[in-house]
Amino acid sequence: MSTQLPQEPETESEPETDAETGSQQARRMREKAERRERTRTEETPDLSDEETRVIKVFRYDPEVPEKQEPRFDEFHVPFEKGTTVLDALIYARDTYDSSLTFRHSCRQAVCGSDALFINGSQRLGCQTQLGDLDEPVRVEPLPHQDVVKDLVVDMDHFYEQMHAVDPFFDPDETPADPMVEQSQTRANREKIKTSTRCIWCGACMSSCNVAAGNNDYLGPAAINKAYRFAMDEREGSEKKRERLEIIERENGVWRCQTQFSCTNVCPKDIPLTEHIQALKREAVKENLKFW
Amino acid sequence: MSQSYNRGLVEDFGRWREFSAGMWAWVFHKFTGWVLVGYLFTHIAVLSTALSGPAAYTGTIRTLEGLLVVRVLEVGLLAVAVFHILNGCRLLLVDLGVGLERQDVSFYASLILTGAIVVASVPTFLAGVSL
Ligand code: HEM
Ligand code: SF4
Ligand code: FES
Repeated sequence: MSTQLPQEPETESEPETDAETGSQQARRMREKAERRERTRTEETPDLSDEETRVIKVFRYDPEVPEKQEPRFDEFHVPFEKGTTVLDALIYARDTYDSSLTFRHSCRQAVCGSDALFINGSQRLGCQTQLGDLDEPVRVEPLPHQDVVKDLVVDMDHFYEQMHAVDPFFDPDETPADPMVEQSQTRANREKIKTSTRCIWCGACMSSCNVAAGNNDYLGPAAINKAYRFAMDEREGSEKKRERLEIIERENGVWRCQTQFSCTNVCPKDIPLTEHIQALKREAVKENLKFW
Repeated sequence: MSQSYNRGLVEDFGRWREFSAGMWAWVFHKFTGWVLVGYLFTHIAVLSTALSGPAAYTGTIRTLEGLLVVRVLEVGLLAVAVFHILNGCRLLLVDLGVGLERQDVSFYASLILTGAIVVASVPTFLAGVSL
């Protein structure tokens, strides 16, 4: 999991009005100023007495003439046990180039905003230890999605696919008394447990060869979302039938070729292929129900 | 959004070296499946020479088996068929949802078993048939 270097600011500095409130904030601002000073005076900080690592980061920006041609920039970042790729990126941005752009928020594998292509595999920057990777560590935006800027990709298509499976409950009947809990059995909870853990990071979709070649394929995350509701015993029978119809259309579960790449990259260890296969069987059963 | 960068096909091909077990299994399975279909046609063509009489058929088989290339190709055919069958069984298990967490192990097992069977068959094939 992510280990945070305490002196790092969470976001790019927004001019805080009362920097004195809270010593934490004051200290941060002071460090930021020092860093700015250092960058100005000697261009690069002196890391000679520290253990460092080299990261190569993909750069591209259609709005800046010098960055219209994609390239890789090398950054030397300090390393200690626990430094994550996200920590390294934050250091590079704050120290060397404030225009280095990437998404991040929670820094603990919860928000799903920093799925990146790191050394040839889709991973969360905050969940990936720098020490586990071969140098230089290549950091690229997720493959098969359009790059908006640097490490930021366009996620719209991924979100559209997620919504395409109607990711919401539609039970046949709800208890008359709104205070009554709509509980589920333990066994049923176990069955859908892992499927509820998705953080919408898009790593799975990016790793999938089938999704790469066919933009209409629902993709692992959306199918997993369908599984989460279809397998929930509280789901209404009419809605379940509708949902199975969606996932067994031309670009649904049958596109899956069981290459297991999604399952391999999912940072939440969701057995995606298993869920897709289960829905394939469910769809077949539904169609064989002629009695 | 102003403009975005599409990395295109070139990079996709570059990612082949990042393939994992399940992806190689898929590539090999498609490949071996289509090789088998191709073989089916040649197989029918060769067998059809029997329609012109026993002598023609025996002649064809003799000539073919006399060629070293053919015998080497036969080893290849066995490799392709054995892998396709073993990995086919693996895929059937995957379809049934059995042992999905160990699918990579079963792929490597298919490869090793195929290798062993093929190596064991080499002397037989290369010696040829004595007709
Ligand atoms: C015991 C023998 C065999 C077994 C167990 C077997 C099993 C399988 C399985 C499970 C698949 C994969 C379906 C999927 O995508 O999930 C497959 C695909 C395929 N098989 Fe076989 N097979 C056998 C023999 C053959 C033979 C003799 C041929 C050729 C005549 C053949 C040609 C193919 C082809 C071309 C495909 C790929 C189809 C596609 O593009 O999806 N197979 N096989
Ligand atoms: S299924 Fe896993 S890899 Fe895919 S979006 Fe959800 S958390 Fe990310
Ligand atoms: S920053 Fe939230 S998942 Fe990595």
